[in-house]
Amino acid sequence: MIKFTLNGRTVETDAPATARLLDLLRDEFELIGTKEGCGEGECGACSVFVNNLLQNSCLIPIGSIVGADIQTIEGIIETEQFKILDESYSIAGGVQCGYCIPGMIMASAALLSENPHPSEAEIREGISGNLCRCTGYNMIVEAINLAAKKGDGL
Amino acid sequence: MNLKDISTSVPKKDHKGKVSGQLPYISDVKVENMVYGVLYRSPIAYGKIISIQLPNLPEGYEAVGAEHIPGPNYVKIIKEDQPIFANEWVNYIGEPILMLTGKDLDILYSLLNEVKVEFEEHQAIYTLDEAIKQKSVSLVLASYEFGESLENISAIEQGAHQIIEEEYDTGYQEHVYLEPQGMLAVYKDDEIVVQGSMQCLYYIKNALLSALACGDDEVRVVQSPTGGGFGGKEDYPSMMACHVAVAARAVKKSVMLVFDRSEDMLVTTKRHPAKLKYRTALDKEGNILSMCVDIFLDGGANVGLSSVVLQRALLNSAGVYKIPHFHAKGYVLKTNTVPNGAFRGFGAPQSFAGIESHIGHLSKLAKIDPLEYKRKYLVKQGDPTITKGKFRDPILVEDMIEDVLNVSEYKKKKEDFQRLNQQNQRYKKGIGTSLFLHGCGFTGSGERDHIKAKVKLVKSKDDQVSLKISNSDMGQGILTTLCKIVAKELNLPFEDILYPYPDTKEVPDSGPTVASRTTMIVGKLLERAAKKLKNQWQTGVEQEVVEHYVHREMIPWDEKTFTGDAYPAYSWGVNIVEVEVDTLTGNLKLEKVYGNYEVGKVIDERIMKGQIDGGLAQGLAYGYLEKMTSKQGRIQQKSISDYGPPTSLDIVSIESKVFDNPYADGPYGAKGAGELTLIGGAPAVQAAIEDALHTSFQQIPITPEVIIESLWMKEGEEG
Repeated sequence: MIKFTLNGRTVETDAPATARLLDLLRDEFELIGTKEGCGEGECGACSVFVNNLLQNSCLIPIGSIVGADIQTIEGIIETEQFKILDESYSIAGGVQCGYCIPGMIMASAALLSENPHPSEAEIREGISGNLCRCTGYNMIVEAINLAAKKGDGL
Repeated sequence: MNLKDISTSVPKKDHKGKVSGQLPYISDVKVENMVYGVLYRSPIAYGKIISIQLPNLPEGYEAVGAEHIPGPNYVKIIKEDQPIFANEWVNYIGEPILMLTGKDLDILYSLLNEVKVEFEEHQAIYTLDEAIKQKSVSLVLASYEFGESLENISAIEQGAHQIIEEEYDTGYQEHVYLEPQGMLAVYKDDEIVVQGSMQCLYYIKNALLSALACGDDEVRVVQSPTGGGFGGKEDYPSMMACHVAVAARAVKKSVMLVFDRSEDMLVTTKRHPAKLKYRTALDKEGNILSMCVDIFLDGGANVGLSSVVLQRALLNSAGVYKIPHFHAKGYVLKTNTVPNGAFRGFGAPQSFAGIESHIGHLSKLAKIDPLEYKRKYLVKQGDPTITKGKFRDPILVEDMIEDVLNVSEYKKKKEDFQRLNQQNQRYKKGIGTSLFLHGCGFTGSGERDHIKAKVKLVKSKDDQVSLKISNSDMGQGILTTLCKIVAKELNLPFEDILYPYPDTKEVPDSGPTVASRTTMIVGKLLERAAKKLKNQWQTGVEQEVVEHYVHREMIPWDEKTFTGDAYPAYSWGVNIVEVEVDTLTGNLKLEKVYGNYEVGKVIDERIMKGQIDGGLAQGLAYGYLEKMTSKQGRIQQKSISDYGPPTSLDIVSIESKVFDNPYADGPYGAKGAGELTLIGGAPAVQAAIEDALHTSFQQIPITPEVIIESLWMKEGEEG
C-alpha cells in the first residue's frame, strides 16, 4: 500500500511500486489533465508537481513517492495563479490543439512561483522541457510574460 | 456578433476545456466492456507470409486478422493497395498483420512477443535512389508530365550560353502531433461507433463501409478533440479505424487502439523524401531561357495519397516565378518503407525548398542579389500558370517584399553581416529570403468531382444555431473561426453559435479537413447558409438550411494533360530569416524571423498569428533541425529527442504582418492559410546559411554535420 498526498488529499493505492505515476493518476484517480505525449520524459505533457517541483510523471515509479505531495493540473485550477495563467493564455492565443497545455501550465506555474518576473530568455528556458508542436512557442512565451505582469508575484 | 471587422480576435471556443486539461482526448475515454488492441507488425521489409502461429490466448484475449474482415481487405483511400491486415505479402517493416485484444496491455504486449510468423523474404528496395536506379515501371506508383515540349527546350538549350544542372534532396518530416494517434470502436449490437483523433470523418466512414461491408446506418464516426494533425491524421486514421471496427465486430466488445510515441513514429505516414532535378539554360547575363524539373517522391510501400501529393509538388515546381519554356515531370516510386502521406504543404514544401535553392544558386551565377534576381521572374496578375491556367487576382508580393525589406533592414544587414563575418572567424551571420504561394483547396476539379461539399445549419427553438459540418478542429481554431463567420452573418452573439465535435450521424459530408480548404470552401458555404437562414429567420422556431458546393468554372482542369486552373486561388508569403552559424560545431542559431503573408482576409488575427508562428517553426525546423532516416527499411528515430523537433529555445520571436486582399469566393474574402505558413521556412533558412558561409547546399535538412562537411569541402577546394 502506497500512501501520498494528491491535490491536498491523502490517498493510497494497491498498485505495484513500479507502476508509473502517470498511469496511476489517469487510470486509478481519473485525473485526465495529465497527458501522455511520449512516455520517455521528453515532451512534458505529463508534468506534475512532486513536493512543489516540476516533474515528468511518466518517469516516476510510484514506489518513489511514498509520503510525497503530488499536485496535478486539477489541483491548481482553483488557485489565483491558475486563473491568471488561464486568462493570459487566452489573451495571448497560447492554446491550439491543447494537448501540451496542462503540462505547459504546470511549467508556467513552476516558473512564476520561483521567478515571478522572468525575462524572455528565462521563460524560454523554463518551458524548454515542454514540447508544443502547434504554436512555435512565441504566443506561450507571451502568455507567461503577461501572467507575470498581471500576477506580480502570485 | 457585432465585430466591426471579422479579423478582430475573440476568445477561442475550446479554451477552457483545454487549459484545464478536462477536455477528453480519445486516450482519456473509457467505455464499458472495453478492451485494448495491439498490433503484430511485419518485422521484415518485403516478403510472403508462409504461416502464422498464435500463442495460447488466456480467457478474454483474442486474435483478429484478415479472416475477420467482412468486406474487401484493403483500406479504402484512393487505390486498393493497403491491406487492413496483411495476409499474403508484407511490403514494409511495421505493416499490420493481426491484432490481439484484451483487458490488460502488459499481457497483450507479452503475448505479442510470442506470435510467430514465418516469412519467405524477398529482396526489398529501401531507398529512393535505389528505386530511381532500377528504372522499373513496376515501381512507378504515379507519374505526370507537362509543359513545353522537350524538342523546343532542346533547341533553346543548344543556343544557350550555359546549362546548369542541379540535384536537390529533401528528407522525411515527422508530424510529432503532441497527441499520438488513437481510435476507439464502441461496440453496439446494431452499430459500431468509431471515435478518435482525426481530420477526415467521411474518409474514415467510407473506409469502414467498405471494410465492414455494412449499411450506412450501421457505422458512425465521431471526432474526438484532436491533439494536432498537420496531415498526419488525414489518411492514417482510416487504417486504425478499420482495425478497431473489424476487431469490435469480431470480439463483440469495444476496442481501443492508442499508439505510444515510438509506435507512432515508426509506422505512421511521414512527409515524402524527394529528389528534385533541375536543368536550366541561361544566357550570357545569367537570364533563364528554359527550365526542366524532374521530381521523384519516395511513396513508401503503397500509393496512399502520394499521387495527389505529387500533383501539388509538380504544380509548385516553378515556385512563384514566370519561367520561360518550362517543363516538368514527376514520379512517385515504391520502396519497401513506411508509406508516406499527407503533411502540411502536401508536396509543396519539397518543391519550394528545391526551386528557391535553385533560383538562389542561379542568382549567384548572375552575380545579382538573390531577392533582386527572384523579383525579375515574379508572376504578376494576369500571367499564365505553368499549367496554362491564370493568376486572376491581384498579387501583392511586390508590396510584401518592399515592406519586409524595410522592417528587417535587409540591405543594411547584408552589408553589416559581411563586415562582421570578415572580423569573426568562428561565428558567421547570414540573411536569406524565400518567396512562396499556396494553392487553396483541392487540386483541380477535386472539390467539384470528388468532395461535393454540403453544409447544414440547424436552429433550435431558443434560437441557437449549430454548425453541422464534418470538419475537424485539430488546434487550428475552426471551432472559433467558422462560428465567427456564422455569428457575424446572422448578427447573433458568438456564444449562440454552437459547433459540437462532428458525428457523421448528425453532419453531412462537408469534406475532409485538409488542403487549406476549410475556411475558404466550407467557410464560404457556411456564410451562404447563414445568409439563407437570415432571410427565412423565424424567432422561436426550429429551422434548418443546407448549402451545396458550387464550382466556379474557370479554365477547366484536365488531369491527363495537366492543364487548366489547378486552384481557384492562391495565398502568398515572403520570409526573411537571419542566422548565426558556428563554423566550429556547425550549430545554427536563428536570430530573427520575418514573415509577410496574404491570405485574402484574416478571420481571426490571433488565430492567424498562431498559424504563422506554428507553421514557420515547423518549416524552419524542416530546413535545419528535424532529421529522420530509414536504414534497411527501418525508421531510425523512434523517440522525440532522436528526431529533434524545435523546443522553445530553438525558436525566436517572429515579426509578421498579414496583407488584406479579399477574395470573392471566400467568406469575408478569406483564402487558405494553414499550410502556406510552413512553406517558406526551410528555403529561407537555407538561403541564410548560404549567405553566412558563401557556399551552396543541395539538400535539407542542413544539419550541423552537413554544415561541417561542406566547410571541409570548401576548405579542400580553396586548398
